[in-house]
Amino acid sequence: MTPARAAAPATLFDKIWARHTIVERPDGATLLHVARHLVHDGSRAGFRTLQERGLRLRHPERTYGTPDHYVSSTSRALEAISEPHRREMVSALSANAKQHGITLFDLGDVRQGIAHVVGPEQGITQPGLLLVCGDSHTATHGALGALAFGIGASEVAHVMATQALWQTRPKSMRVSVNGALGTGVTPKDVILAIIASIGAAGGVGHVIEYAGSVFRAMSVEGRLTVCNMSIEAGARAGMVAPDETSYAYLKGRPYAPQGAMWERALAYWRSLPSDAGAVFDREVSLDAAAIEPMVTWGTSPEDAVAVTGAVPDPAEAASAERREAMTRTLAYMGLAPGMAIEAIKVDRVFIGSCTNARIEDLRSAAMVAKGRKARIPAMVVAGSGLVKAQAEAEGLHRVFLDAGFEWREPGCSMCVGMNGDLVAPGERCASTSNRNFVGRQGRGARTHLVSPAMAAAAAVSGHMTDVRVLMAGGA
Amino acid sequence: MQKFERLESVAAPLDMANVDTDQIIPARFLWRTRSDGYGHLLFNDLRTSQDGESKPEFVLNLPAYQAANILVADRNFGCGSSREHAVWALMDAGIRVVIAPSFGDIFFNNSFKNGLLPIMLPQARCAELRAALARNPGAKLAVDLEAQTVTGSMRVSEAFGADRFDIDPFRKQLLLSGMDDITFTLSQADDIAAFEQRYARELPWV
Repeated sequence: MTPARAAAPATLFDKIWARHTIVERPDGATLLHVARHLVHDGSRAGFRTLQERGLRLRHPERTYGTPDHYVSSTSRALEAISEPHRREMVSALSANAKQHGITLFDLGDVRQGIAHVVGPEQGITQPGLLLVCGDSHTATHGALGALAFGIGASEVAHVMATQALWQTRPKSMRVSVNGALGTGVTPKDVILAIIASIGAAGGVGHVIEYAGSVFRAMSVEGRLTVCNMSIEAGARAGMVAPDETSYAYLKGRPYAPQGAMWERALAYWRSLPSDAGAVFDREVSLDAAAIEPMVTWGTSPEDAVAVTGAVPDPAEAASAERREAMTRTLAYMGLAPGMAIEAIKVDRVFIGSCTNARIEDLRSAAMVAKGRKARIPAMVVAGSGLVKAQAEAEGLHRVFLDAGFEWREPGCSMCVGMNGDLVAPGERCASTSNRNFVGRQGRGARTHLVSPAMAAAAAVSGHMTDVRVLMAGGA
Repeated sequence: MQKFERLESVAAPLDMANVDTDQIIPARFLWRTRSDGYGHLLFNDLRTSQDGESKPEFVLNLPAYQAANILVADRNFGCGSSREHAVWALMDAGIRVVIAPSFGDIFFNNSFKNGLLPIMLPQARCAELRAALARNPGAKLAVDLEAQTVTGSMRVSEAFGADRFDIDPFRKQLLLSGMDDITFTLSQADDIAAFEQRYARELPWV
């Protein structure tokens, strides 16, 4: 579409950006077409703006919705949401979807779930498309080679009214991870290691492309986990080039192209991977073999160390400012400098969220839970009704229930606690979610981010445990 | 959208990196509508204790900063969740400018849509400004969008003088005029329609 750019070696990002550019102003502001817009029960403000201004959705057929943030994890009945304000958020989405004629996977529909689980699962997310959603974890969809990013309420309203969005071109970063991952080391550990390496602001203003043998060998589910947490490195978006793994994942999904259109789409998708010689503004590389199961000890996702490590000592901080921040963090987390990560006692476990609530995540946690007993409260919240059904067909729910875990209904649940699934003040939670921010899972809650396998290991041992030991048959 | 031209105000220093939007406005308040107002909930868990008591040591609770319309923060301010409520809470509490070394991208975008001006200055410079403001509680800064400058009153500027900041010209234009970008984009309807026709031909399965 922009021949000057097409001639030079281009990145995956460059190609999608060019394909969706409607207008590029001389000052650099670019109006981009939005191919897919996902909405959820937190999108009410966008609909209100539209209504206040007397505007309609420009392309309801490009908009898909599902309630996730406010839904109960114990029942699919709307009435089960006892708190009226929360119930109103969910019912407002139903009403808005009906009024504007958008596709809705509502409560009671087996396809309902977390927007970032539902999009790929339904084949709504596709390579080479620009996809947005009023949620910061929208970068998830980049796992299929889409350019996907989160937007705020004003931008949601703008997309609804115009099917377009003004953006300034971000910079590009390639994060390469080569080599083979060790046993018990999962995609969650890979992204936590990346964030620990580049920092929570390391990707600000950039779109990351994840490259290298680790991502080539990774399943789509794993790639979704990695791209999901791009925002925790500050990046605008994260993406993985589409390949045979992506096409095999998409083929036959309800909203994926079919028949002759599949062939046309495939031809486009095959043109997307970054050209040889394409230049990135920044390159980072990590050695896969050096990555271990990770655990966060602080209140930023960058505060991550290997499970075999220890809580860092503020005395060794590089600056007085950092020392002060670390001291404050350790006080909030109730941890002492130098204490072994495996010595951290855990009060509760949450397995779920748009990061880690897909079928592979549940299989991985179930493998550890199988034949063991949870020593602390643990809950498993599938990412969608279809993931839940699949897990039940495989008997995973039986494994969890036998091990004393709770088996809940799909939604965001305890990742953000907006539905009332909260971690109590001072309580320590091993969580497969994406944010360990102060108060994220509830006021005073202490969150340790881990993989599903590590979360299950913490549940059955009551403290942070190297899952590799359990996998090898240890107690 | 509220337009922004020039502002001179008390500036408050916030000495914390990675202030995420969960801290700016905790998730449990997000069901409220825009018109409910968010100002009193800004930094709720930093400002008040669990039982609702005001924490006197928090910077925005100090008497000298009660009239602050400017916040000088540290790196990665507004990271995390896309909730625009973070910008609403700042605006409703009277904050019109946040100066920091870097911002969460979505927060940065959301700010402009509401007339909140996020200004990026180098990390060391932000640290100097915060230190000067802490030494001189109640000192003022002046922000001029047209000139793209931050200047200090005597007590602060003695040491520092004026800073120039960069801003995307399109955003500057919208902020100065107070024009809402939906209105602006709808004026490009012909370009959008032409694009959509071409896109439908090229990617018919979408």
